[in-house]
Amino acid sequence: MSGFAKPLKIAFGLIVIAALIAVPMNFNRYGLFILSQWAVMAIAAMGLNLTLGYAGQVSLAQGAFVGIGAYVAAIMTTHGWPLPAAIVVAIGLSFAVGWVLGYPALRVQHHYLAFVTLAFSTLAFLVFRNESWLTGGIYGISNIPRPHIFGIATNKPLPFYYVCLGSLAIVSLAVWWLIRSPWGRAFMALRENPLRAQSLGVDTRRYTLMAFAIGSALGGVAGALYAPLTQYIDPVPFNLSLSLDLLMMVIVGGAGFFLGPFLGAMIAVLLPEWLRFTEGYYLMLYAIAVMGLLIWSPTGILGILDRYLAERRTKAASAQRAVAKSRLETVQ
Amino acid sequence: MSAVLEVSDIKKNFGGISAVGGVSFDVREGEILGLIGPNGCGKSTLFNCILGQLTPSGGEVKLDGKVVTGLRPAELNKLGVSRTFQLLQVFPKLSVRENLILAGQEHQGSMASRLVGRSDAGLTEAANQMIGFFKLDHLADEPAGGLSYGQQKLLDAAMAFMGGPRLVLLDEPAGGVNPSMLADLKERLVAINREKNATFVVIEHNMEFVMSLCSRVMVMAEGKVLAMGRPDEVRKNPAVIEAYLGH
Repeated sequence: MSGFAKPLKIAFGLIVIAALIAVPMNFNRYGLFILSQWAVMAIAAMGLNLTLGYAGQVSLAQGAFVGIGAYVAAIMTTHGWPLPAAIVVAIGLSFAVGWVLGYPALRVQHHYLAFVTLAFSTLAFLVFRNESWLTGGIYGISNIPRPHIFGIATNKPLPFYYVCLGSLAIVSLAVWWLIRSPWGRAFMALRENPLRAQSLGVDTRRYTLMAFAIGSALGGVAGALYAPLTQYIDPVPFNLSLSLDLLMMVIVGGAGFFLGPFLGAMIAVLLPEWLRFTEGYYLMLYAIAVMGLLIWSPTGILGILDRYLAERRTKAASAQRAVAKSRLETVQ
Repeated sequence: MSAVLEVSDIKKNFGGISAVGGVSFDVREGEILGLIGPNGCGKSTLFNCILGQLTPSGGEVKLDGKVVTGLRPAELNKLGVSRTFQLLQVFPKLSVRENLILAGQEHQGSMASRLVGRSDAGLTEAANQMIGFFKLDHLADEPAGGLSYGQQKLLDAAMAFMGGPRLVLLDEPAGGVNPSMLADLKERLVAINREKNATFVVIEHNMEFVMSLCSRVMVMAEGKVLAMGRPDEVRKNPAVIEAYLGH
């Protein structure tokens, strides 16, 4: 999206950030919950976007990592640990598990890899449900406390929304840094042509594992915020459908675009709320809208914008060429 | 002159078919060695065995006297062995400059330093020089996928030179490149060979290109070495004429 002028982009970004901070001040409890959920899901989707969108590795296990993060946070904070400590452990654990899950990706790709990660997703769900000594089984874990940040209690919905928004901001900056670094370029090389990447010295094995590990770690961060957000967790929200939802957020928003996950999470979390007035029809309308979008633009919503900007650039360039040519002809 | 690359008795079987059946040769420091032969004679398979893209069924590859058989392509690349591909292998969505920066980045610092340290500055400079050298200036910020076939071939070659390699294996660099661009490419290859003291092995079907560029030519047929020598010797060799050049 290099087509817009930089000051314009910065101004637009500042307006959006200001709106995200100021507008929800008047929201009711439910509105704030939905918006907090958006921020949490955007973090998880950003992780998947790294693995899938940038590095090209299909994963149907992102929901499982959200679950791992959520259970780590729930277990630790109900035992008196502070949330930041739980977030660190959630990052460490999901990074390590994600790294291990990356090994199959060194051997299989595409839908085969999807199946491997799907199996892992099921496995994680079974652990959440059956290992009741640790996870509380189907009864789950309740009374998950919300943290004190710099001495301020975040029990109320608005302060906790700011915790989620602040975390989203930190993760966004980190991901922005990552994709603009040589690592980001190596991830894209992995996606576009692993054979050529190897011959240029790109250690595709290590970068593949890293793509899985970092993407999964962000899933863990999202989970560690999800637990105090809902204050009660059981295994159901972390079944396969969460992984599929997150996959849809990445694809619908635009895989491989930095802003894709924000948009995708917005559609997945907010659109059902906006369509609520249609009562029983909202899921149908939602499904049709998604199908229509992907037929129209397989690269997601940001794909449409990208195409539009590319066309505009091409037109501008050919206009310039025409001018240059006519000048040349008049000289002759 | 010492040998940069020593290949001894490399074999590669695919099931019951022997694609390369015991090939041995040396590549001397600073030379341009041509590799010619009919389609399907095992040239590209030999390249892939040397470069670690395929595991040879037998034999040994030595780089500067050290055995490197079985090393992965990325490891070999870091030891200074680079390549181009027969079919286009650029990164279509990245710009020309980004392609070149990518081609050089893994040769600087450690993986961790590439995340934190931002060692891009020198790389952008090096990429811009390469762009100038291959006369791709007007295309530097275009996505590589939008370039013409010949331009992408040039970019592919430029990428192979980014890490400052000692040995470059070029697989049909002239294929599909128009005559004026081909003369350009040859001039560039000779310049890099002389100035940077880079050693080349070139697979090519364009005889004029091979014979004028290379100091020695190796001819393969049916997975074996048929002849090796100076271009004029090879051209006169009856076995080579029979198998490849035709009458």
